[in-house]
Amino acid sequence: MSIADWTEADLGVPGRVLTVVRAPDPVLSTPSPQVDPGDPEVVQLAADLVATMRVSPGCVGLAGCQVGVSAHVFAVDVSQHPKTRTTHGTFVLCNAEVVEATRKEKGREGCMSVPDLTGDVKRATRLTVRGLLPGSGEELTVETDAFEARALQHEIDHCAGFLFLDRVAGAHAVFPRQTYL
Amino acid sequence: MEPVSLIAVTVIGHDRPGIIADATAGLAGLGLNLEDSTMTLLRGHFAMMLICSGDRSPAEVEDALAPLTADGRLQVSARAVPDEDAVDVLGRRPYVLTVHGGDRPGIVSAVTRVLAAAGGNITDLTTRLTGDLYVAVAEVDLPADADADAVAMRLRDAGTELGVGVTLRPQETDVL
Repeated sequence: MSIADWTEADLGVPGRVLTVVRAPDPVLSTPSPQVDPGDPEVVQLAADLVATMRVSPGCVGLAGCQVGVSAHVFAVDVSQHPKTRTTHGTFVLCNAEVVEATRKEKGREGCMSVPDLTGDVKRATRLTVRGLLPGSGEELTVETDAFEARALQHEIDHCAGFLFLDRVAGAHAVFPRQTYL
Repeated sequence: MEPVSLIAVTVIGHDRPGIIADATAGLAGLGLNLEDSTMTLLRGHFAMMLICSGDRSPAEVEDALAPLTADGRLQVSARAVPDEDAVDVLGRRPYVLTVHGGDRPGIVSAVTRVLAAAGGNITDLTTRLTGDLYVAVAEVDLPADADADAVAMRLRDAGTELGVGVTLRPQETDVL
């Protein structure tokens, strides 16, 4: 299937809104183990991540560790963001990895788990990511650009135990957050 | 030609609009030339450091900036400093260090001790405390012959002991 056709209804379970954990919670600095995408707990987590992302203003992505679950799963939806070019709507990937990343550009990032800071991070603006759909376990390759590429790299970093703070460009690239959505 | 002297000026205290305008007007009035400067707010306090050059004494600079300190809410100091030799950029490689974790005493000292032992020189440092989260980001020059992977591992080990995450990565520079 095409990832753009996927919706959370495909998971077949209602999502619950979970509490988003904040740094310095150690779960955010711990690499998340790979998951079995067919495991009912993983399917439930996928639904919960989408539900939690939906109710969080401005949230364009959420990883398992951000709701306190150390599991290599994240949800993304950049479709409403003004910096988006290509978008594949709402989707969840398990065990996702970067296949190809080119054309790095600096951009300012925030994170629900680091609510009081933002930072300038260089990310690839052309990106190919491979991952598994929760439930079916189907392997998908997502090619994207611009803001969706940034969001995917940010979430894949979460799964590896890294925050945007671990990627900032320099000592003058961390800022107090100016606007809260 | 007279040797030009360098003077280091620091201004620290209660923030308000116009401090930089007032301070630099005082320096300009003495014919001093601003070289490098940096200014930020630290926990809401105004903090500026600069190096200026010109044939003036530190006492003359402090006199010229005395109006800034009149209400007792700003501190100004001026000190003569020698010329420093240019940094040997060829013999060093730039890295960026991030430390984040729960606030506790000794994080910066423990991590920077590891860097110092490896001959690493910090060229820029920002630390922030927001809620329980302590964040330090430093730009570090490592000697060209340093084993950066080994240094990164020792930094991670030091971080593990403190319960904080530490990452060291090469600083990316795009030369256009």
